[in-house]
Amino acid sequence: MSIGPVQETSPTFVGMPAFPEAAREALANTQQRQNLHNATHTIRAKRAAVVAEVDDWEALRVAGADAKDEALHHLGDYLEQVEESLTANGAIVHWARDAAEANRIVIDIARAKEVDEVVKVKSMATQEIELNEALEEAGISAWETDLAELIVQLFGDRPSHILVPAIHRNRTEIRDVFLREMARFGRPAPDDLTDDPARLAEAARLHLREKFLRAKVAVSGANFAIADTGTLVVVESEGNGRMCLTLPETLISVVGIEKVLPTWDDLGPMLQLLPRSSTGERMNPYTTMWSGVHDGDGPQEVHVILLDNGRSHVLADSVGRQALRCIRCSACLNVCPVYERTGGHAYGSVYPGPIGAVLNPQLRGTSSEVDASLPYASSLCGACFDACPVRINIPELLVELRGTVAEQGGHRAESAAMKAAAWVLSDPRRLAVAQKGATTAGKLIGKRTITKVPGLGAWTDARNLPTPPKETFRQWWAREHEEGGQR
Amino acid sequence: MLLDGGMTAAQPRTDLRVALFATCFNDTMWPETPKAVVRLLERLGVRVEFPMDQTCCGQMMTNTGYAGDAVPLVRHFVDVFEKYDAVVAPSGSCVGSVRDQHPMIAHLAGDPGLASEVEEVRPKVYELSEFLVDVLGVTDVGAWFPHRVTYHPTCHSLRMLRVGDRPLQLLRAVEGIDLVELPGAEECCGFGGTFAVKNADVSVAMGTDKAEHVAETGAEVLVAGDNSCLAHIGGILGRQRSGIRTMHLAEILASTKENPA
Repeated sequence: MSIGPVQETSPTFVGMPAFPEAAREALANTQQRQNLHNATHTIRAKRAAVVAEVDDWEALRVAGADAKDEALHHLGDYLEQVEESLTANGAIVHWARDAAEANRIVIDIARAKEVDEVVKVKSMATQEIELNEALEEAGISAWETDLAELIVQLFGDRPSHILVPAIHRNRTEIRDVFLREMARFGRPAPDDLTDDPARLAEAARLHLREKFLRAKVAVSGANFAIADTGTLVVVESEGNGRMCLTLPETLISVVGIEKVLPTWDDLGPMLQLLPRSSTGERMNPYTTMWSGVHDGDGPQEVHVILLDNGRSHVLADSVGRQALRCIRCSACLNVCPVYERTGGHAYGSVYPGPIGAVLNPQLRGTSSEVDASLPYASSLCGACFDACPVRINIPELLVELRGTVAEQGGHRAESAAMKAAAWVLSDPRRLAVAQKGATTAGKLIGKRTITKVPGLGAWTDARNLPTPPKETFRQWWAREHEEGGQR
Repeated sequence: MLLDGGMTAAQPRTDLRVALFATCFNDTMWPETPKAVVRLLERLGVRVEFPMDQTCCGQMMTNTGYAGDAVPLVRHFVDVFEKYDAVVAPSGSCVGSVRDQHPMIAHLAGDPGLASEVEEVRPKVYELSEFLVDVLGVTDVGAWFPHRVTYHPTCHSLRMLRVGDRPLQLLRAVEGIDLVELPGAEECCGFGGTFAVKNADVSVAMGTDKAEHVAETGAEVLVAGDNSCLAHIGGILGRQRSGIRTMHLAEILASTKENPA
């Protein structure tokens, strides 16, 4: 019972293998595992420290979740209000049902401005719709200006983390790609470039500066879209966003419809929750807010594209809709023991980690191999729920989505096994009979260690199996309490 | 030996009708754990009953995506346990399932009668350390275990039940114990039920790191409140011939000079 179409899987991710296979490959990439371990543990510790110093963190989380829920429960109304107030402020509002529509709108505006390049602020929504690829096909270059996004772009790579998309790369790899690739796209890196972070940042700044000064059109997303004031907000660390949002003549912002906040006051808790949860900072260095067009100040033409792309499908699910609260902080990725070991690419989407494991199967449906495997890409340890600043109960959603996957069939042997187990376990007599199998095996095996069982390779390849006992607990209890028992 | 101050011997709670929920896994595979719970509670003056009709909480079905198949198990669970004042189980994971998932399953079954029975039963279901510390009000249970031990807080006891440091309070009060801190203790061991076989590679990668941390402590014994997690970590420790043994919390707390574990 779902309203609205699911998102079409982009060509980049069509045919991705199921998570376990992709994860196996990722685990074997020793350098990447080392990079990920170092990076996730560093951010994890920073986040824990700045969250611990807030007295009322839990109250903030509740306030954040409430603001998002209020917006989501009356999304139609707030979206209309956003459109109205943005329009009143001089912005031009567009609506896009899916990726193709949104990309078409951006391309049309760029063509009307007769440009062959745009500068970009880091944005998940534009990654989701693969805007850069669409622009390239239309003969328009899209320059990523966030340092990590620039690195990913120079590698011709895919991002593997929401906040730090080049988390899987280390600084030596980055120096090498700067030396190799920068010259092809603009100002080259200096020949004597080292892997010193300050030198790398300097090379990126010089490379990007000429693009900022030249660009006529910028494309961004938005962290928040405030309904009552018609204000868009971008939260960032490097100042590249501020450059893109203020220098060019035309600004196009692609904004997922779930980014709406009802009121200006709701921004307060969000601006405390987001930086502490994402970069582990008390406050992010740059927060840019703009409300339409202002004479002689900033872009003189402001477009806002409100994007659905599967979101109303998610909204229709009473349990699943909490995933739309997500503010893309990536705290769940950084604390996830699975993500820490596999990295982001195994999730087959621009949204990796725990939030990706619940968001992708909801946005795209569960018909592809990778989307059907994502709800199982978790040990349900619950670290993600604890870390989530807007209280998305990711384990609960994972379990619900496993139900959706099981229901669509395909796991026939497993389904039969679960039914059989439920039949045995719903009756103590049947359970007692089944337990005889275990105790018979226990008597045969004695004290020997079980290192190999045909069909159980997934367990025994790396782990011994516990030896079954000679007597179950209930047999022992019955023996000890022969006179009465509780039956 | 008492490090926490305050609570020592339990007041015998003969007023409570207490049932042991052994859990199907412990009943079948690790009977020494529920036996230890019986010894321990009887030593503390609690008369514990074992309703022979009990089976399973249904967690495996629920977490694998077959919540519908868990409905008869939830129904059976409330039927068996509703007449007791308290239900004690030596498993954070199974108690977590009862407390956290049974309402959802009753809702799924569309049965308001079942839902209200679940609401009545689930607050009476305690993980062992909760029952000892919160209901009996005891941290020193009179145990003796003269070995180097490290404790792994299992995810469901930590993040679903929020047992906090109750198990550690109990362990610190054990006579002769050398309790050492486990690095990265709060990180999942990688068991995760069917995750252990569906994503075996990631599961083993996580378990291997956990086993490494356990070995770093120099402990002879790894203790936890869930035998399923211990089977996974212990399976790796065993394959590595580490010589480190795994034990359930109940077995250490039941251990005495007269009857050592």
